[in-house]
Amino acid sequence: MAEVEFDQASRIYTPGAKPAVNRLDLIIDDGEFVVLVGPSGSGKSTALRMLAGLEEIDAGQIRIGGKNMVGVASRDRDIAMVFQNYALYPNKTVGENMAFPLKMRGVDKAVQQEKVKAAADILGLTDYLDRKPRALSGGQRQRVAMGRAIVREPQVFLMDEPLSNLDAKMRVSTRTEIAAMQRRLGVTTVYVTHDQVEAMTMGDRVALLKDGALQQFATPAELYDKPANVFVAGFIGSPAMNLFTLPVGAEGVRIGSSDLALPGSLHSRISSAGQDTITLGIRPEQWAVGGDNGDGAGGVKAQVDVVEELGSDAFLYAHLDDEKQTPVVVRSAGRSGARRGDQIALTPTSEDLHLFSPETGERL
Amino acid sequence: MATATPERTVTPAGGDDQQLNPKARRSVGGTLLSVLAWIVGIGFFFPILWMVLTAFKQEADAYTTPPKLFFSPTLDQFRAVFDAGIGPYLLNSLFATVVSTILVLVLATPAAYAVSLRPVKKVQDVLFFFISTKMLPVVAAIVPIYVVVNDIGMLDNIWTLIVLYTAMNLPIAVWMMRSFFQEVPKELLEAASMDGASLARSLREVVLPVISPGMAATALICVIFAWNEFFFAVNLTAARAATVPVFLVGFITSEGLYFAKLCAAATMAALPVVIAGWIAQNKLVQGLSFGAVK
Ligand SMILES: Nc1ncnc2c1ncn2[C@@H]1O[C@H](COP(=O)(O)OP(=O)(O)OP(=O)(O)O)[C@@H](O)[C@H]1O
Ligand SMILES: [Mg+2]
Repeated sequence: MAEVEFDQASRIYTPGAKPAVNRLDLIIDDGEFVVLVGPSGSGKSTALRMLAGLEEIDAGQIRIGGKNMVGVASRDRDIAMVFQNYALYPNKTVGENMAFPLKMRGVDKAVQQEKVKAAADILGLTDYLDRKPRALSGGQRQRVAMGRAIVREPQVFLMDEPLSNLDAKMRVSTRTEIAAMQRRLGVTTVYVTHDQVEAMTMGDRVALLKDGALQQFATPAELYDKPANVFVAGFIGSPAMNLFTLPVGAEGVRIGSSDLALPGSLHSRISSAGQDTITLGIRPEQWAVGGDNGDGAGGVKAQVDVVEELGSDAFLYAHLDDEKQTPVVVRSAGRSGARRGDQIALTPTSEDLHLFSPETGERL
Repeated sequence: MATATPERTVTPAGGDDQQLNPKARRSVGGTLLSVLAWIVGIGFFFPILWMVLTAFKQEADAYTTPPKLFFSPTLDQFRAVFDAGIGPYLLNSLFATVVSTILVLVLATPAAYAVSLRPVKKVQDVLFFFISTKMLPVVAAIVPIYVVVNDIGMLDNIWTLIVLYTAMNLPIAVWMMRSFFQEVPKELLEAASMDGASLARSLREVVLPVISPGMAATALICVIFAWNEFFFAVNLTAARAATVPVFLVGFITSEGLYFAKLCAAATMAALPVVIAGWIAQNKLVQGLSFGAVK
């Protein structure tokens, strides 16, 4: 068990080019499950591989259990990794695959067997120990890869998109299993994914990367409720948060031709920021929908383009009545009867709308 | 399903025809193609068959036209070839082939690793250097080689051939092994290093089993080239270190009129390679179609 620290850690693949990971600072507590998430090419894998010792640390430090890992070989870091393509040894049986890390560390044969058996029991692989990986299904291979990581009882688990080769259903069930297993074993875990649902459901804390730079490192709830900047706000949540950059008016902001009155506390936050324009973030569930019969007076007019009926609720994809026809997404009750082409009036319901600086994108 | 079956029987005949026709056409085309393939195959194979059959004939039977297909086989010709002293030549060939092939594999494997999985700087130049050594015609190289070998007193020494065969096969082996190494997912090595294996161990325990079909293919190519090599052998060896091809040529000159005996000698020269190919067959097919079936 150990604490993991990224201290201004950078990776520069080609000298002179933009770093793939840029001055990353993370302090991951002992036993914590941290998810690295971000769009493709944001440097998640690179950051993980730096921790694994598979990429150079070009600047800064990475510490495991307080020890600096710069220049320490992978095999001396006491970590285990689950690869996206599992990287099982094709010529070894499932049992041999799982025993391999123990064998390499000179663990006694009998102990090896015992540990492999225990791990196989947990993972439901007992009947497959003598098979070769190619005779396994994708889900079983994934388990073998997990098994090979857990037999060793390492200080840190690393996983790079371990679920991305599974079908949707397997992904959901395996997601819960991995999270449960991690809690039980209590091993510090760094998990890479580009799937924000995985990030939000599995992680104790989530680190969101963009272009190699850390955007926010916080609990899933905080990430959702208090995104640190516009990028985080847009990335977390599905459908994404509505973001409008608007001129500030007397009582609130102006959207198109109408004034959008904002709750008092918000308005004072805007005034204290002293901006003439503001980026306002409203999640789809932070709208109340009124019809065009006048009950939504004072709201923002919009026209529905698409209705996505999910059963318990529905998402309305609409556009505002301004000249740019700004798109807007609204969550409404299921089977509300809204149809394509309907005129609706939208009012923000919550005081917890999100305000960002239009210049820097930072949260105000 | 129960409803689908009757529906199918009432599909208009046209639909069925369309399903049948291409199949029928394909099978006609397929038959033609396989007949053609057999003809070509037999065409290539026939001289070899003739050689092997003749090797088992008496000299008298060997000269009939058309060749006799039914005769009482005899091992007399093989005995005669052994009496003529092929034994030491066989041993020389075997020794030179086996030792040079082992040397090639031992040297080519790390070299191939260094130009594939963990490429050194200037990989392209290194690769070009390897292959460029094959560009000089052997005929042009033989004079300096002869002079050097003569000066160091290594003429007619089997180790001279071993060194030359190793050098001759090494570039091909590096190129072949490189392509096999490149098929190995690099995550395998990464996983092994994380599992605590040293580089040597991860190569031995993880990578080598994966590329063993490729190594078998490479080894076989080296065996064939070394076994069949004639030019160095004839120029650099005499009584002590000469190999089977040299013997065969001498045999043609001295026994050129005895077809059956010649065929027996040629069969014996060809046999080891065929046997090696047969043994390596499975691995070889895997090896040569490595990327395709992985
Ligand atoms: N070996 C390499 N050489 C040069 N550049 C690289 C190399 N590997 C990655 N990069 C670059 O570094 C950046 C980060 O890559 P990385 O693989 O870490 O992204 P990622 O967040 O894991 O993306 P994905 O979700 O697609 O896996 C990318 O811009 C990529 O092009
Ligand atoms: Mg990645």
